[in-house]
Amino acid sequence: MSTQNAPDLTTPVPRGPLPILPPPRPARTVEITIDGKVVAVPEGSTLLQAARSVGIDTPTLCFLENLTPVNVCRICVVEVVGSRTLVPACSRTVEPGMVVKTDSERVRLSRRLVLELLASSVDVSTAPQFQEYMRRYDAKPERFGTPAPPAPTGERDASHPGHHHAPEPSHAAAVAQSVKIDNDLYVRDYGKCILCYKCVEACGTDAQNTFAIAVAGRGFDARISTEYNVPLTDSACVYCGNCIGVCPTGALMFRSEYEMRQAGTWDESKQTKTDTICPYCGVGCTLTLQVQDEKIVKVTSPLDQQVTHGHLCIKGRFGWEWVNQK
Amino acid sequence: MDLHFTADEPTAEEQAAVDGVATLIRADGSKRTYLLPVLHAIQNRIGWISPGALNYASRVLAVPPAEAFGVADFYGLLSTRKQPPAVAHICDDIACKVKGADQLCAAMEKLHGPEGSSADGKATWYRSPCLGLCEYAPAVLVRTAGEKPNDQLLASPKAIDVETAMRGRQIPQPILSSSVPQKGQPGLKLLRRVGQVNPESLDDYRATGGFQALRRAIAMGPGEVIREVMASKLVGRGGAAFPAGQKWNAVRLTSLPRYLVCNADESEPGTTKDRVILEGDPYALVESMIIAGYATGCEQGYLYIRGEYPLSARRMEHAIRECRSRGFLGDNILGDGVRFDIEIRIGAGAYICGEETALLNSIEGNRGEPRNKPPFPTQVGLFGRPTVINNVETLINVPHIVLEGGEAFAAIGTAGSTGTKLFCLSGHVARPGVYEAPFGVTLRQLLDMAGGIAGSGKLQAVLIGGAAGAFVGPNDLDIPMTFEGTRAAGATLGSAVVMPFDDAVDLRGILLRIASFFRDESCGQCVPCRVGTVRQEEILHRLHCGKPLSSPGGEVVLLKEVGQAMRDASICGLGQTASSAIESALARFPVFGGKP
Ligand SMILES: Cc1cc2nc3c(=O)[nH]c(=O)nc-3n(C[C@H](O)[C@H](O)[C@H](O)COP(=O)(O)O)c2cc1C
Ligand code: SF4
Ligand code: SF4
Ligand code: SF4
Ligand code: FES
Ligand code: FES
Repeated sequence: MSTQNAPDLTTPVPRGPLPILPPPRPARTVEITIDGKVVAVPEGSTLLQAARSVGIDTPTLCFLENLTPVNVCRICVVEVVGSRTLVPACSRTVEPGMVVKTDSERVRLSRRLVLELLASSVDVSTAPQFQEYMRRYDAKPERFGTPAPPAPTGERDASHPGHHHAPEPSHAAAVAQSVKIDNDLYVRDYGKCILCYKCVEACGTDAQNTFAIAVAGRGFDARISTEYNVPLTDSACVYCGNCIGVCPTGALMFRSEYEMRQAGTWDESKQTKTDTICPYCGVGCTLTLQVQDEKIVKVTSPLDQQVTHGHLCIKGRFGWEWVNQK
Repeated sequence: MDLHFTADEPTAEEQAAVDGVATLIRADGSKRTYLLPVLHAIQNRIGWISPGALNYASRVLAVPPAEAFGVADFYGLLSTRKQPPAVAHICDDIACKVKGADQLCAAMEKLHGPEGSSADGKATWYRSPCLGLCEYAPAVLVRTAGEKPNDQLLASPKAIDVETAMRGRQIPQPILSSSVPQKGQPGLKLLRRVGQVNPESLDDYRATGGFQALRRAIAMGPGEVIREVMASKLVGRGGAAFPAGQKWNAVRLTSLPRYLVCNADESEPGTTKDRVILEGDPYALVESMIIAGYATGCEQGYLYIRGEYPLSARRMEHAIRECRSRGFLGDNILGDGVRFDIEIRIGAGAYICGEETALLNSIEGNRGEPRNKPPFPTQVGLFGRPTVINNVETLINVPHIVLEGGEAFAAIGTAGSTGTKLFCLSGHVARPGVYEAPFGVTLRQLLDMAGGIAGSGKLQAVLIGGAAGAFVGPNDLDIPMTFEGTRAAGATLGSAVVMPFDDAVDLRGILLRIASFFRDESCGQCVPCRVGTVRQEEILHRLHCGKPLSSPGGEVVLLKEVGQAMRDASICGLGQTASSAIESALARFPVFGGKP
């Protein structure tokens, strides 16, 4: 990597004085039982936080620490004794005396089915976390049949709410379709979309307030779309790439990564990750540079970054081509 | 908000359509709540939602265009692609299916080409889920866009009638009273005015006891009204069977403002009861809403009517206008300083919008996606405020409770199901329609009231509670049609649909239609329902055409697992009940490898 015209990144950005905040009110704690263990957590905690506090690993797909829970994927469901249905751990808050089971037969069945239903209709080949869940819950998506071949370009975007074609006995309906490539910075491969709503949230009030994409359609034809499926270049997109940052399946991907994968040159074993501070402006976002063969191939930002919680702008996310130019 | 628009501009007509609704926007309220009305105005004017019109609507309402598109693209009666101005929606849902819907569709196909295509560019047709006119199966909704848009719900029309309606001409309809075979019988309470009293005359309403209950309620005071409703043990009639008094009481200590919402989305296949009230006794609903608003401290009410009920909407609009001009709605009702008003919202073809939280989202101008509960609407409802939401039939019981007292009301029916109930009979009965009977009546008695089994005369199965309900067999006719009685029989009262099928009906076809319905109507938000309803339909389809993936037995195991995940892990009642009718049929009948 050439450092010739790069700014000196070793000098830390000077910090201003910290604002004086009133001390937080001591939160009351709530006691619940999870898998036989009594757990005390602050009032307002979610069942997910409570489970994590005692080392119970609960799978999540649509949940992310820096986004408002939408509780749509339902992989995190747990059994609360006395509740007719299972409840989503990511958004349900603790109530005193709750008795929670996170690994009952019912819980395992629903989690397995969520994985199978998704994997039988979506390409999860670039979603390692998802695949790890599949192993954990012994998911066998092939039980539902061979996924349907890609729909002709534009067909899924032209669906009619309340209407669908009769099922094909030979195929399991799937969201496979051609990749949307309409700009230089990132691609949208909605054949890999599990509809977790994360990108919509990141583009909306949870981060970017740009509202370039939303959910359109209904039911199985629901999909992420711009208005009338116009190319991103005609939409409100500002290329902050925060949607890419939160996408759990690789449906949204840097064009660089996508092209390297197509060419067969993407090789994570040869990649390093280095944290640095974005040189462009005073916000001072942390950048994680993913480097392969002395070239930056992708830029992310840690979720626990204090200022921006992993969100970036176009400059920090994509403005590194000059570094790659030798 | 910094909004970005594509270059598409509205035409003068589109602009005028949007502006016509935009005049309703109040300075202190949400603009976005007018998104659905604006989209309707565009659809009614030009027959679809064009990019230029959507841009203009988004600009006026300050809604990001991608979101406005997502809303427009959610509803079955709005089209985001250009389509002809005249559209016939032919109901091929279960009640209509057994009464020749497929033949009507075949006739449409001959005239216009396959579903969605148009031979002349002027008219097209689609198959439709239940239109709520099941007593006149097959039913058709014809919508014509233009300067004078017209929507007509047609009762068992011939293909030629549909054609005439698509040319914008009015088709005479049977009088409403024939939907109420008991009309004129003594002892009717909820149905006593339907078909007997002019639904467009406020004076006739008053001459038949109208607004006495409101006067009495105001004399009693809000607390007393709620106490009587609690004493009446009135249970919600919308399907979820929640005690109305408890719901009303729950908002009493919450902060203001609060909202009252009346759920007239009635889209559960087979359900027609609310339509009969909206068309036949609209003032009663207005009065009931005023009393409910008064008792619960709500000054603004919303009435959400499904888009497939044009006559209901016209009658209710008329009634509300009359009431406003005569001082029954507004800032000083009956001169007693009571404030209450009602705004109508028209649905746009989405069964899910009957789910209470989806309905709230729809009113707010969002996609009709249910919210996770808790919090419940009584805590966080419309515009984030405490909200009471009740079904039409639930509400119209209230004037009776106020006048006769909660205890007297509770004396009718059974311990767990008080008062009288409206039942929706369709399918193979001799006299289909809406019937009123005290709770406790058995299934057999209801079928007898409706003249017994039609068709072949031999009963095969009865669907109770709608597509989200359950099938029972000829040996189950002594089930008491109460909340607790149906539950004990492994069924549910649901929206009180009673739909018998004779022994000539292929139940498998009915089950496939139900599976198809849920796939179409899932909002698509949560995985178990979005994909589960697809897989459920696929499994039934493979069994039906004899091409099971593994073995028929293996498919049934798969079906049950999908059913359990939908029941356990879905967000809302749609996914949670999407497999119940199908599983109940497999448990009772020799279909799809079910009980021989
Ligand atoms: C998928 C679905 C559809 C529903 N449709 C309706 C409907 O059309 N009308 C209705 O009153 N309730 C409907 N409900 C029930 C409502 O969510 C809610 O319980 C009801 O409006 C409350 O009123 P009630 O207590 O007076 O019955 C539906 C529920 C679900 C899950
Ligand atoms: S594109 Fe990615 S982030 Fe967006 S909904 Fe699909 S899977 Fe989720
Ligand atoms: S990523 Fe954007 S906002 Fe963050 S420091 Fe760099 S230029 Fe500033
Ligand atoms: S259960 Fe179905 S209809 Fe209900 S929220 Fe989930 S996807 Fe939507
Ligand atoms: S992680 Fe909880 S519902 Fe998706
Ligand atoms: S109107 Fe056709 S099934 Fe109800």
